[in-house]
Amino acid sequence: MSETSALVILIAAIFTNNILLTNFLGMCSFIACSGQIRTAVGLGTAVTFVMTATTILNFAIYHFILIPLGLDHLTFIVFIAVIAAFVQFVEMFVERFSPKLYFALGIFLPLITVNCAILGASLFMVIRNYTFVQSAGFGFGAGLGWAVAIILMAGLRQKMAYSNIPQPFQGVPIAMIVTCVLAMAFMGFAGMVSIQ
Amino acid sequence: MVYLLSVLSFAGLTTALAALLMVAERWLVNYGVCKLDINAGEKPLEVDGGRTLLSSLYANEIFIPSACGGKGTCGHCKIIVTSGGGPVLPTETPYLSRKEIRANLRLACQVKIREDIYVRIPEDLLDVRMFTSTVQGVRELTHDIKEIRLRLDEPSEISHRPGQYVQVQAPAPDEPVFRAYSISSPVYEPDIVELVVKLVPGGIASTYLHSLKTSDTVHFTGPFGEFRLNDDPSVEVICIGGGCGMAPIRNIIYTLYKRWPDRSCRLFFGCRTTRDIFYLNQFEELARKHPSFHVVYALSDKLGKDEKWDGETGFVHLSVDKHLEPGVRRQAFLCGPPPMIEAVTRVLQDKGIPPNDIFYDEF
Repeated sequence: MSETSALVILIAAIFTNNILLTNFLGMCSFIACSGQIRTAVGLGTAVTFVMTATTILNFAIYHFILIPLGLDHLTFIVFIAVIAAFVQFVEMFVERFSPKLYFALGIFLPLITVNCAILGASLFMVIRNYTFVQSAGFGFGAGLGWAVAIILMAGLRQKMAYSNIPQPFQGVPIAMIVTCVLAMAFMGFAGMVSIQ
Repeated sequence: MVYLLSVLSFAGLTTALAALLMVAERWLVNYGVCKLDINAGEKPLEVDGGRTLLSSLYANEIFIPSACGGKGTCGHCKIIVTSGGGPVLPTETPYLSRKEIRANLRLACQVKIREDIYVRIPEDLLDVRMFTSTVQGVRELTHDIKEIRLRLDEPSEISHRPGQYVQVQAPAPDEPVFRAYSISSPVYEPDIVELVVKLVPGGIASTYLHSLKTSDTVHFTGPFGEFRLNDDPSVEVICIGGGCGMAPIRNIIYTLYKRWPDRSCRLFFGCRTTRDIFYLNQFEELARKHPSFHVVYALSDKLGKDEKWDGETGFVHLSVDKHLEPGVRRQAFLCGPPPMIEAVTRVLQDKGIPPNDIFYDEF
C-alpha cells in the first residue's frame, strides 16, 4: 500500500471504505446518538478529532516502541490504553481552555473511549502497513466518514420521527434497516478509489 | 525474557500515561478557590473549584434533596444559579422545563464550580441537617408495611412542618443512596421520627429499613417538602391516602388535633383488602375524642369469603366524591400512587377546591 497517496486514502476512508458503513464499527454510539443532527455533529467532530490524533499517536508508539522491542503482540492492549488516556487528557484540556467547545463536546468525549471505530482505525493502520502520512490521512478520513454517516443518519431519523412506521419496526429496528440501506447506497462509491 | 519485557513495557507505558494524566490534572483541573455565594451574601462560602455544586454544598452541610446521589438521574437537586454556572448541559435538559431554564434553575449535581458562583437556595433548605438516630422500635403494620420509630441522637431535635419528609441514607454496594420517607410522627414529638415503610421487592432502601432492629443506627437528612397547613381553623382539612401513603397524613392529623381540638378534618384511606388496613383503630379512637374528625377507609378489591367489612368499597376517589358536599373552604393533602392522585384531584376540583390548596406526594 505504500504507493497510495494520503489524499486517496482519505477520500477512500470517507466513501468507499467508510469505517461505519462497510466495517460496521462504532455502531453503538451511532444508533444511540443519532436522534438529532446537532448531537450527531458534536459527536462526529469529537470522533474525527480523537481518531486522527490517536491514529498518529498509536503509529508512533507502534513503530518506535512496540516493533523495536518485538512486542507487537501487545498492540491491542497498548492501543486501548493510549486511546483511553488520550480521551481523558483531551477532556481535561478542552474543559480548561475552551469551555464553549467543552459544553458542545463534553459529554461525548467519554463515550468515545469505548467507541470501537477508534480502535479499529488504529488496527487498520497496522494491518495495512500505512506510512506516517498515510496513517494521518486514514485516521482523519475514517473519522470524517464516521461523522458523515452519523449526520446522515440523524437527518434521516429526524425525518422518520414524523413518518408513519409500522409498530413492530419503530425505534431500533427501523434504524437498523435505514443503516442497511445507507450502507448499500455507499456501495455505489465502490470502484471510485480503492484501498484494501 | 519476552514475558518480562512485555509486562515491564506495558507497565511502564501505563505508568507514563497515568503520570501524564496526573500532571495534567494538577495543572488543568485546578481552578483554585472559588467564591460560593448563597442568597446574595447571606452565606458566603469559599470552596475548591473543580467539584460539583452539589458536593460542595454537602461539604458545607447544606443538604439539597437528591435521591440518586449526584448521578443526574432523579432531578431533585434543582436550585437557582444566578451567575457562574455556565450554560445548561445536555445532561440537565431532560429534567428542566423551558420555564425552569428561564428561571435559571439548574441541577446542582451537574454544575461544576469553575469560577465564582452565585446561587439561591430556599430558606427551608438552609435549615436542613444531617441527623443520626437510633431505632427505638419496629412494628409490623401489615404483611408488607412496617412502622420504624427513630429516636434522634445528634442533633437531638428536628423542627419540621407536618407533611414534610426526610431522606434516609441506605447503604448500597457502590455508595450510600438516599430515599425519601415522610415523617409520620407528630410535630410535637421533636425528638422522634417515625417512618411507614412498605417493602418493595428489590428496593435498596425499603429492604434496608425492613432489616433494621432495635438500637441500630440510622442516618438521614431533612426536613424537606412543600406541604403547608393552613393556619385558619375554619378551613376544613381533607387527607387522602392510598396503599402505604399514610405517613404525612398521620403527622398532619395528630398535629392538627393537638393545636385545634375542634377543627374539622376528614381522612379517606384506600386499601386493597382487609389485610392491608392499618392505623384504623388509632384513628377511630381519635374520632371518638374529636367529633369533628371523620375517618373513611375504602377497600378496592372484592371481599374474600372470610373477610368482614362494613365500610366503603371501591376506589378511594369514589368515597371522596360521595362524602364531600361542595362549597366548603378546604385544604387537601394527598399521598399515594399517581393514578389515585390524578383521580382524586379531579374529584376535589369538582368540589370547588382550588389547585393551590391541593398538596400531593406521588410515589
